[in-house]
Amino acid sequence: MAHQPPADIDNPTLGERFNAVASWPMRILFGLLETPFRALQRLLGIGRMPYIFLLPNLAFFGIFVIVPLIINFAFSVTGGDELFLNDRPYIGGEQYSYLADCGNYLDPQSCREDRFWRGIYNTITFVFFQVAFMVLFSLITALILNREIRGRGFFRAAFFFPVLLSPVVVALIWKWILLRDGVLNAGLTSIGFERILFFVDPTWSMFWAIFVSIWAHMGFYTLILLAGLQAIPPDLYEAAEMDGTKRERVFWRITLPLLWPNLLVVIVLALIKAVQIFDEVFVLTGGGPGTATQFIVQYIYTTGFSNQVQNFGLAAAASVVLGVVLFVLTLVQLAVTRRREDG
Amino acid sequence: MNSRLNRLLVLGTAAMGLMVSSALAETELRITWYNDGNEGEVMREILDRYEAANPDVKVTLDVVPYKAILESLPVQLAAGEGPDLARVTDLGGLSEHYMDLTPHISDAAYWETNFGPFLKWLRQPGDDSAISGFMTQLTVTGPYVNKTLFEQAGVDLPGDGATWDDWAVAVREVADKLEIPIPMAWDRSGHRVSGPAISMGAKMFDADGKPALVDDGLKAMAGKLYDWHQDGTMPKELWGSVSGSQYLGANEDFANAQVAMYMSGSWQIPQFADKIGDAFDWWAVPAPCGPAACTGMPGGAALVALKTSEHPEEVGKLMDYLSSEEVLNEFYGKTLFIPGHLGLAANGVEFQTDDPRAKHALETFAAAVPGISPTAFDLQGYVNNRVMFNALISRLGEAIVGELTLDEAYDRMTQDVEQQIAEKERGG
Repeated sequence: MAHQPPADIDNPTLGERFNAVASWPMRILFGLLETPFRALQRLLGIGRMPYIFLLPNLAFFGIFVIVPLIINFAFSVTGGDELFLNDRPYIGGEQYSYLADCGNYLDPQSCREDRFWRGIYNTITFVFFQVAFMVLFSLITALILNREIRGRGFFRAAFFFPVLLSPVVVALIWKWILLRDGVLNAGLTSIGFERILFFVDPTWSMFWAIFVSIWAHMGFYTLILLAGLQAIPPDLYEAAEMDGTKRERVFWRITLPLLWPNLLVVIVLALIKAVQIFDEVFVLTGGGPGTATQFIVQYIYTTGFSNQVQNFGLAAAASVVLGVVLFVLTLVQLAVTRRREDG
Repeated sequence: MNSRLNRLLVLGTAAMGLMVSSALAETELRITWYNDGNEGEVMREILDRYEAANPDVKVTLDVVPYKAILESLPVQLAAGEGPDLARVTDLGGLSEHYMDLTPHISDAAYWETNFGPFLKWLRQPGDDSAISGFMTQLTVTGPYVNKTLFEQAGVDLPGDGATWDDWAVAVREVADKLEIPIPMAWDRSGHRVSGPAISMGAKMFDADGKPALVDDGLKAMAGKLYDWHQDGTMPKELWGSVSGSQYLGANEDFANAQVAMYMSGSWQIPQFADKIGDAFDWWAVPAPCGPAACTGMPGGAALVALKTSEHPEEVGKLMDYLSSEEVLNEFYGKTLFIPGHLGLAANGVEFQTDDPRAKHALETFAAAVPGISPTAFDLQGYVNNRVMFNALISRLGEAIVGELTLDEAYDRMTQDVEQQIAEKERGG
């Protein structure tokens, strides 16, 4: 250990003087808090003190998460278009049965609230393809960025950059690219192709909704996977190289099993985020053509806010359904994380 | 030392007192406003003069996007957190939140005389006396054509009494000859479709006055719109590219000379005068005819006083000023809006434009007012008209892109209207 000269008490440096002055308020605060906290500790016992420290966070969580959840549920069992709960008649589970009233659950057209079911099926399609390709592309990108390539730092920053953009900005950028007279169509026509009206075709619209969403969020998941790849001990790769193991076998037998916990986290996080998709796609496609890219959150927003009769009850019931789905996904994520910690 | 401290204390207290008293004396009125053109600037100039004459009142004009007027303002009002005044277009739908200005204005008879027919649009069902505001603009829906394109293509403009089919044939010919991408475009709006549907015979209400959106007249017009989207007369990018009741307009495409005929309304005049200028001849034409009428839809925006205001007296005084003939003459003249003041409509407004296209458009739309069908007025005055407009637009859009057949769309329109009105009635 390097020898450090003793501090010169008579001639403190500028930094030491600043620290001495800056720490004054904290010392006063701690001094004021010490007495009541000691009294609390005597009263409750040291074992209960953690709850006291958790109290501010719990209060915050309660006010901004639990209370709105309860209010939302209360709305879902009421009817009418009044804003305040006490002005709304109680109607029990009517909103839920209205949502569930279907001749055939596989055919939205046979359901009374066909748009809710179209929203569900669109969301399932979106989640399936978006999560699968998001994980695949994030993995490939992380594997490439983990190698010693030229400009690695630049590429890491470039892939992460879209994550920093607001969803509305992302959607507007891509909208300008994809419109009838957008950059992409200008490029296509300049090389002799026909112009494509992307937002009029349901398949193209869904494709671009998925593509843009992957483009915007991939950097975040790539970062998680990159961290996982860098945590794999290099001596395992060295041993495999000495044994002459093929690259594919190294990937399947070393990289993938050791990265699996990170991959699971990425899958579950991407899944939760995909189910909540709204802002980007709403700005990009407006949910169209028809209802081809109208997802469940847009359905909730439209039902609750953009109709003349603001059907808060039906929107609340649909968001309870969405909440249950997200809760199950969160439980899966917790189980995965716990297994990872135990294993 | 003590005397200096005392002096400072006295001065400080006096300064504080002055600040508090001036803050107490100044009443702030807030207006939630949206812009189609330059009306925000014109209104600000007028309000500046009002503030100069009334130094104890400050009027803040909060300019918001139109979407906020439709979606955020109703929630604000329902929560009792609204502004003092607002410029709204859902005239009847928000009527429960309007303040009755009658006790706070100087001459209720002046309002009845000059705004009478439009005051009805702002009243709740069963109310025949409340005065809540005035029309900042009266609008009439109707088509614009790019006359220059017609001339270049050698196609005559269909004359008076021409039907929608006549126009469809003409615009297709123009588009084919000049290879322009959009022969005809309509705003994606139920309000825009309603006039032509009424021309085709749509009644909109049953014998008991209850909404009855789908009938043979509406089917006739909806069928045409559907066909025009399939044969390329209309682009699917407007009606087919978004979901639900979202509004999309083709004003920019029209201003860029990409459209031969554009079905919109009189509120586009200031914008076209500004954006297009003399780049080409943009011409407003009379509403095409159907077997029942040749009508557009009336409508417009109103400046209304709101119950949420804590200063009804000051609001009344401000509304007296803003609704005066002199101020409105200036407002309509500078904004190129069709007047919603009967006296000014009769005497004529001095529109401040040298643009012959804008003048022609104003004359065309003003001339259309007497020919507006009574059904169109009834529909505009119906408090739940947006329920009908939204059902029409969203379901027809789904049919146009092939998600529903036209018959399925009609069934869904009826179901949507019934369900939403039942939901509203359930709340009392």
